[in-house]
Amino acid sequence: MITVEFVLIVAGALFGVGVYGALSQQSFVMLMMGLELMINGAILALVGFWAFSAGGNPQGQMLAIVFMTVMAVEMAIGFTLVTNVYRVRRADITEKLRRLRG
Amino acid sequence: MTDALVADVLFGAFALGSVITGWRVFRTDSMMRAAFFLLASFAAVGGMLVILGAEFLGMVLILMMAGEMLVMAIVMVMFMMNPAGLNPMWMVHQHRVAVAAGVSSFLAIASLGFLVDFREDPNVQPEMATVELGIELLGDSMLVFQTAGVLLLATMIGAVAIASSRGRFGAAEEGSEEPALDPEDRAAS
Repeated sequence: MITVEFVLIVAGALFGVGVYGALSQQSFVMLMMGLELMINGAILALVGFWAFSAGGNPQGQMLAIVFMTVMAVEMAIGFTLVTNVYRVRRADITEKLRRLRG
Repeated sequence: MTDALVADVLFGAFALGSVITGWRVFRTDSMMRAAFFLLASFAAVGGMLVILGAEFLGMVLILMMAGEMLVMAIVMVMFMMNPAGLNPMWMVHQHRVAVAAGVSSFLAIASLGFLVDFREDPNVQPEMATVELGIELLGDSMLVFQTAGVLLLATMIGAVAIASSRGRFGAAEEGSEEPALDPEDRAAS
């Protein structure tokens, strides 16, 4: 039987793995993968609440679409910054960036 | 087997698969494989969304992430070392803090389901979810939908501007040094 509690456990596991990845990885792209997993868990929890506690209110799905938009924007800007940082600093890991400027 | 039992078994399999592949993202030597593990995790979450009744969202998530992970794989090959995983890769920092934060996040979110008494109001017409979402998108939430579209357009323009080989103050390869405010200093530089 699928319940909101079970959905929250899975969403929490995905979010926790994402937090681990975002905090532990040195590579920019791996770090972004952690952020993606966190949003993934958030979307799952949101749809779980929509299905079990909101009576199927379509505004819940609308909020999930906003989450997906945020995910797409985060990835696009993230890849862009990776491209620019590599071009200017030849850096592909966080340890190579000590200053934000110049 | 009844349909409900099949749905339960599939949901459990997708749940387990999504967490395991999500974890494998950070435990593989190849960044390419990491991208495809993440895609597998997203596909499993998409499957769970479909079982929960949000069929449109589940399918959109799978389609969107398939494209996004392919872009990510290309970025891996372009910029990152060891994309094929020929050498062991262990590029982490503050590992214990990260593990503690991840476990704490999991416990906090998972415990919510047992500590909070959520309202029992299940979706009684899951087959109408996509129809209702369509009406919502082009009805009351039209402004939100359009704002999301404009946000994506602004992101595309911003991404092209930031990634351009010519920066705001000269060639991007040379760094982006803004000119001095004082005209004499500017002439000297």
